[in-house]
Amino acid sequence: MIEYRSVGKTYDDGSPAVDDFSLVIPSHSTTVLVGSSGCGKTTLLRMVNRMVDPTHGQVLIDDVDIATRGPVELRRSIGYVMQQAGLLPHRRIVDNVATPLRLAGVPRREARERAMDALAKVGLGADLADKYPRQLSGGQQQRAGVARGLVADPNILLMDEPFGAVDPIVRADLQRQLQTLQHELGKTILFVTHDIEEAFLLGDQVVILRKGGVVAQAGSPAEILAAPADDFVRSFVGLDKGRRRLRIAELDGQRVVVDEHGRPAGVLDPTLDRT
Amino acid sequence: MSVFSEAFDWLSTSTNWHGPDGVPHRVLEHLGYTALTVVIASAIAIPLGLWIGHTGRLRGLAIAVTGALRALPTLGLLTLVVLWRGIGLTPPIAALVVLAIPPLLAGAYAGVESVDRRTVDAARGIGMTEWQVLTRVEVPLSLSLLLGGLRSAVLQVVATATVAAYIGLGGLGRYLLDGIAVRDYPQMLGGSLVVVVLALLLDGAFALLQRLSPT
Ligand SMILES: Nc1ncnc2c1ncn2[C@@H]1O[C@H](COP(=O)(O)OP(=O)(O)O)[C@@H](O)[C@H]1O
Ligand SMILES: [Mg+2]
Repeated sequence: MIEYRSVGKTYDDGSPAVDDFSLVIPSHSTTVLVGSSGCGKTTLLRMVNRMVDPTHGQVLIDDVDIATRGPVELRRSIGYVMQQAGLLPHRRIVDNVATPLRLAGVPRREARERAMDALAKVGLGADLADKYPRQLSGGQQQRAGVARGLVADPNILLMDEPFGAVDPIVRADLQRQLQTLQHELGKTILFVTHDIEEAFLLGDQVVILRKGGVVAQAGSPAEILAAPADDFVRSFVGLDKGRRRLRIAELDGQRVVVDEHGRPAGVLDPTLDRT
Repeated sequence: MSVFSEAFDWLSTSTNWHGPDGVPHRVLEHLGYTALTVVIASAIAIPLGLWIGHTGRLRGLAIAVTGALRALPTLGLLTLVVLWRGIGLTPPIAALVVLAIPPLLAGAYAGVESVDRRTVDAARGIGMTEWQVLTRVEVPLSLSLLLGGLRSAVLQVVATATVAAYIGLGGLGRYLLDGIAVRDYPQMLGGSLVVVVLALLLDGAFALLQRLSPT
């Protein structure tokens, strides 16, 4: 469990990035922070591995204030996936992925073997292991970044817009892969994005932020859609323009779900209706 | 034209290639001064430059100081150190070290600064210590600029190490000083040509090394 207790951050240049933020992130589930650019998502995420120290308030992991832990040791215990993959350009992919293990003192051979396993897990072929990052596509680099984040089997995984810079088809593929992995691994994932679709797709808990890290609404995707807290949320999730509004149309006795333009979104299946 | 052909005659005279005053021995002396100078200057300038590049501190001071050092005339400095410490190896090496520090320092801090900040941030984010960030990320990625600094330091020192002869030491500067004393222009020109060839060879070696470096 990760807990933010009234944290705030004002950077050295005087700009307040986060004002007063509190949140509990349950273990073994995915929490997504979503909001437009500059609202403080990265700042909040980086407080968890002490890449940013809050100017006030505390961050706790399993009830321990992380300010009492050494930053290097803390970072080694947490997986971190960045937007531009953040791979080291002078190291081969397999060595990049093995780096967290090598930092933890795992012998070279074993580290490489485990890195190869992690690469396979994220769907990267062994033929790419000996390549350098610049020889890979953006999507492949992101996969390598995810593999590096997972290789040391951390309990917590921080992901900062990891799929923001790849094209939509690759992004959809990466999202599916993450869902599958998470189903299998059950990590505590803190995921940051500006894309509400991605947030609803991946998040067990979704936290919609306004500027300054102010929580507009937190809840499951269904809760947010069913009862948006205010007009800001309504507009942010696209309910205001009629998006996401579906209705049922009868066609030859079949009940078809259509969107606001009458385009079919699917059929209503009574066998799936358990509520 | 005739001076040139006489210089080539001087260079092809076999007695000029033997003994303590022969070209091979003078080249070795010259390279010895150069190596000693560059090792000392590197030991000072490279750690300092890496530290400046890594921390971003004292950068303005470094630029000002290297600018000032570059403006110092080596011969004047040599004279000054001789007056202070007397004759010996110290004055020319000290003067040459001052000459070699600016390019080495600039190569080191500019190299580290040239590394993508996101890469450095990522290295820190996955749990590298500051020392590991420097030695495993910043230094390998700034190798080509570091080598560039070393290259220009070596070339400047090789070209300037002739000053050692002014205070009675050896090296290729001997041919210039001894030549001027007796107006032996072929010897002076021959000695200068050896310096030029030496510099070109070293430059070529560095060009090769830089091409081989990974970044
Ligand atoms: N290192 C920094 N120094 C100064 N200001 C910063 C720094 N990092 C972020 N900020 C500012 O803090 C605010 C929040 O930034 P950030 O957390 O990166 O937002 P997001 O990830 O949601 O785009 C922005 O106004 C940004 O300009
Ligand atoms: Mg961000």
